[in-house]
Amino acid sequence: MPASVGTVRIAELEPAMQLNTHLIYGLLICVLLISIPHAEHLPFWVSSLSVMLLVWRTYLAYCNRPLPPRWLLFAVMAGSVGGILIGFHTLFGREAGVTLLILLAALKLLELRSARDATVVIYLACFVIITGFFYSQSMLTALFMLATLTVILATWVHLQSGTLALRPRLRIAGILLLQAIPLAFILFVLFPRVEGPLWGLPQDAYTSSGLDDRMSPGSVGKLALSDAVAFRVMFKDHPPQRDQMYWRGPVLWDFDGHTWTQGRGSFKPPQLDSLAYPIDYTVTLEPQNKNWLFALEMPTQISIPAAMTYDFQLRQNSPVTSRERYSAHSQLGYRANAEEDPRQLQRALTFPYNSNPRAQQLAREWHNNSTSDEAVISTALAYFNREGFHYTLSPPQLGANEIDDFLFGTRKGFCEHFASGFVFLMRAAGIPARVVTGYLGGEYNDLGDYYIVRQSDAHAWAEVWLRRRGWVRIDPTAAIAPARVELGMAAALPESDSAALPLMVRAQSPALINVPSWLVNVRFKLDALTNKWNLWVLGYNPERQFAFLTRMGMEEITWQRMAFAMMAGMALLVGFFTLLMLRQLTVRNIDEVQRLYLKFCRALAKKGIVRETHEGPQDFAARAAQIKPQFAPAIADITARYAALRYGQSDAMDVNGIQALRRAVAAFKL
Amino acid sequence: MGNSLHNVITQAEQVILGKPHQIRLALACLLARGHLLIEDLPGVGKTTLAHALARSLGLQFQRIQFTSDMLPADILGVSVYQRESGDFKFHPGPIFAQMILADEINRATPKTQSALLEAMEEQQVTTEGITRPLPSPFFVIATQNPTYQIGTFPLPESQLDRFLMRIQLGYPGEQAERGLLAGVERREIVSRLIPQMEAAELLALQQQVKQVFVSPALLDYAQAILRHTRESARYVHGLSPRAGLSLLAAARGWAFLDGRSAVIPEDVQAVLPGVASHRLQSVQDVQISDGDKLARELIEAVAIP
Repeated sequence: MPASVGTVRIAELEPAMQLNTHLIYGLLICVLLISIPHAEHLPFWVSSLSVMLLVWRTYLAYCNRPLPPRWLLFAVMAGSVGGILIGFHTLFGREAGVTLLILLAALKLLELRSARDATVVIYLACFVIITGFFYSQSMLTALFMLATLTVILATWVHLQSGTLALRPRLRIAGILLLQAIPLAFILFVLFPRVEGPLWGLPQDAYTSSGLDDRMSPGSVGKLALSDAVAFRVMFKDHPPQRDQMYWRGPVLWDFDGHTWTQGRGSFKPPQLDSLAYPIDYTVTLEPQNKNWLFALEMPTQISIPAAMTYDFQLRQNSPVTSRERYSAHSQLGYRANAEEDPRQLQRALTFPYNSNPRAQQLAREWHNNSTSDEAVISTALAYFNREGFHYTLSPPQLGANEIDDFLFGTRKGFCEHFASGFVFLMRAAGIPARVVTGYLGGEYNDLGDYYIVRQSDAHAWAEVWLRRRGWVRIDPTAAIAPARVELGMAAALPESDSAALPLMVRAQSPALINVPSWLVNVRFKLDALTNKWNLWVLGYNPERQFAFLTRMGMEEITWQRMAFAMMAGMALLVGFFTLLMLRQLTVRNIDEVQRLYLKFCRALAKKGIVRETHEGPQDFAARAAQIKPQFAPAIADITARYAALRYGQSDAMDVNGIQALRRAVAAFKL
Repeated sequence: MGNSLHNVITQAEQVILGKPHQIRLALACLLARGHLLIEDLPGVGKTTLAHALARSLGLQFQRIQFTSDMLPADILGVSVYQRESGDFKFHPGPIFAQMILADEINRATPKTQSALLEAMEEQQVTTEGITRPLPSPFFVIATQNPTYQIGTFPLPESQLDRFLMRIQLGYPGEQAERGLLAGVERREIVSRLIPQMEAAELLALQQQVKQVFVSPALLDYAQAILRHTRESARYVHGLSPRAGLSLLAAARGWAFLDGRSAVIPEDVQAVLPGVASHRLQSVQDVQISDGDKLARELIEAVAIP
């Protein structure tokens, strides 16, 4: 006896739930979809191993072969964990964790034996899908995840329902998602946001691309090839002229013959007077992993905590790792540090004396032949303008004495070459000068009424200190390529260079109409949408939440109130959907006749005679009469009346017939 | 229901023992002006059933034994040259009868099969450019051997669809078989059967069947069935609208046989295996004999609204 019981158990376990091949394909697609967004940053061996496992599983399902033995899976598993440990030195954290999860999901497919395993894969897929947000939070990513989630849900419906065809499956999944949207909305709007590391992503989630705090030949030109957005600006009133849109970034003082750096030391606090032309605007800064903020020259107020350095840079205490939004107030007319500390000026005159002798020589000549500093400056600008200098994205290599080489040899350069050369000449001529980097201009998006400043708008210019006038901006690039300042980069570059520019940068220029206008329009629309997404979805932080809820009429916003409102909203929604479903389930078609008949059925059901949903009235009556012969006549009577009213040709409004049925059902007591 | 119809059933039950349900299905099919396909092993009484029905209903009866070397002209008829008059005279084929028993239809080549099936659909025959109407009423009862047997040309789906119903007879029960073995030879009984009605009466009954009422609630049920076959992944194709019409027509016939003036869900359920089993194909390729099982699954899967 015990032996036979044992064999039965084994027989039950082994072939137990033969999972449908189509379901297995569905699960394979789920795992593939959740892995795709990670493909670019997974180690190569992980990607290829995952693909191999998926192909293996597909082959097994296709040929209906048995699954591999457990020890083999265990070996693969152990190898994977070892590989991750060697590669990442940990099993936790973003990279290692995601890698491990993806491998586990692929491996789990190879031990897919029962419905329970399938459920595990589906839950795992739902979890891994979130990890995509560790790497990208763009709208496109969100859309892809939504699509993936639909597929996962459809697979889940397949698992639950068994026989449903693909289309109704997708429909059910879609309905589930649609029902979830209001819930997600309530959670999103009301879930108390806490500022702090809990919500932040790890430091390595951000890659920095953008201006650096050092400048050497080619460093700005490199940025010109990127159409990534640096920040977006919305002006409160009229935007300034394009040639006034100098977005101030890092200021560079120290030069070692090749690289300009910020240097250290502050001797005198920043001081602005003779202010004119005020302007108000709001900046949405993309994460850049740097401390500085960008503002029009010269900023006087900013809405977030930031300090103004001695050389008029806006700096935060911590790097900008999430999208930052601030409003600022600038004065386009100003006098900056008219009284400057002598030690500061000394710094602005320093240069490596043993390099670039020809440039030094030239500067000294200018100094000796001129009556004033202003005259030297105009001589220098005229020199750039007349001596055959070219503005180009691809300047030739420079030799050991870079400035000399550029000024007297190649004469081809990008803005950093001109800024660097100009400041060197000024210093050699005894005029304090420094390099300022930042962005120039911006592209107007008329659909969103804001300006997009891209990395390709990066620029470098110079500042010289003049007695009584303080630091004055001089843009040597304007002397060679005025179009760069007035129209934008694409207009300033020769045709051959502009082909290398990103499409969007080229499109800005009215002079080059080689980009169809509808394409520009589509891109503008997309960017306007992205801006909205950034503002309202990704940038929905405590402040915005507070502002939004206040505007919605909520008073005294505390997290308890928000939590309460959230729960109440969820309860209301869930209740609403439940009612809707119940209505569909039971109350559908509840005309009076049907209601009376269902009452009759309930009376019988209480005695254990339950009508199957597919059981017709006569079949049911016959069965009921067999079980309760003493009530056979009453059952037959009610059934006949019901059938006549529901299926017969009698008038639907046959009041007498319905009355008779009602009496009969009321009198029916078991 | 007329008394005569009741007598037809009684007579048929005396010939085919233990198969009252199949007899009623066959009659319901005829009353709904549909053609009937009987599929089963040789020797379970297919021909006898057809013959008995024809005799009892008082219809001209022609039996066509299908063979693999048969030509369409063997069924439809042929024009022969008359030496005396000098022109051609049409000799009608066996199809010019009120009830045709097309025996072992799947032993003929597709060309010959389609000649018969065309006649079934059009109720007329066209040879040498002249169209000749077939008699009325016109029924075809076709029998077919299971397709896995040797020497068969299975009917394609499109032609199976021409048959309102497909039924199976199956082996008789223990008791019925005893009666069969102990009793007189079936052929003798059939030849002694008395016609219970005339063709005109049958035509009138068919008109009455058309009047059987179908309520909106029942249409809901029929549509629920059709929808289920289309949404479920169990079947290769869902049921066609024509199958839906056939289902209602057959259900009307069944309700009429039961003496009711309106169709109830049970009528639909009773004819559904006959109407749907040859039109549904399971995704998992099972044998044709499982068509009935599929139809029963279908009944259980659809709730009566």
